[in-house]
Amino acid sequence: MAEIIDYVILSAVLLAIGIYGLTVKRNAIRMLFAIEIIANAANLNLVAFSRNLPVPNVTGQTLALFSIAIAAAEVAVGLALIIVAYRLYRDIDVKEFRSMRG
Amino acid sequence: MADPAFLTVAVITVASAIIALEFKEIIYGAIALAISLLGIAAFFVLLDATFVAMFQVAVYVGAVVVLVIFTIMLVRREAWMAVPEGRRKVMGITIMFITMFGLGAVFIASGLTEQAVPETTVTFTQIGEQMLTYYSPALIAMALTLAAAVIGALALAKVELGGSRSGGNN
Repeated sequence: MAEIIDYVILSAVLLAIGIYGLTVKRNAIRMLFAIEIIANAANLNLVAFSRNLPVPNVTGQTLALFSIAIAAAEVAVGLALIIVAYRLYRDIDVKEFRSMRG
Repeated sequence: MADPAFLTVAVITVASAIIALEFKEIIYGAIALAISLLGIAAFFVLLDATFVAMFQVAVYVGAVVVLVIFTIMLVRREAWMAVPEGRRKVMGITIMFITMFGLGAVFIASGLTEQAVPETTVTFTQIGEQMLTYYSPALIAMALTLAAAVIGALALAKVELGGSRSGGNN
């Protein structure tokens, strides 16, 4: 059985990869991938901590379930926004969206 | 030290997360993302959270990745294969390593290793009871949020024919 510190360090690694993706990539779908990786690192932390409490804990897993559902809603809206942006600009490079600046 | 199952799944998850962001052809990136999300589901199984693992596979690998793949098929272009990154890539990798080693040092220094793990685990009966009793307002709010998000997504992506607001099959 792996210890909790392994899970925490693994989710820090996934968070760092997600931040790298958000910083470097200009493709909107790739940025959505990075957001998904960060959200999953957070969920992994929730479940790992709920497993490692001294008494069996339901709250951590329930919160992870809610978090997964909300992330799914976020992806649906994000992809719809990407499709609308593609229709307007014929591209999904976020650099092309500069004309949206107020 | 971590056990072999954990290490194997960790390597697969992290490697496919990197591939998802770095592979030139974005549709393979989406498949690598699916593998990475499956790896997270495997971690949930290792943590005795089978119900969350099931939910993860159904929602992420089943719904989100399929949605992403369909979107890629709609908007894909060859020009994406050769986007120059150059200096920003160096900056991004620097930020990545700062985050990784900074957080890692903090976590290792925090003394989290001395933890007693309980023998009994949570069953999905308990999760369902909690969700329908104590968390039922949150469940209702989540259902409304999901419905609003899906309706909003449909309204955003709807094609408006000839400027009229009523037309359109898709």
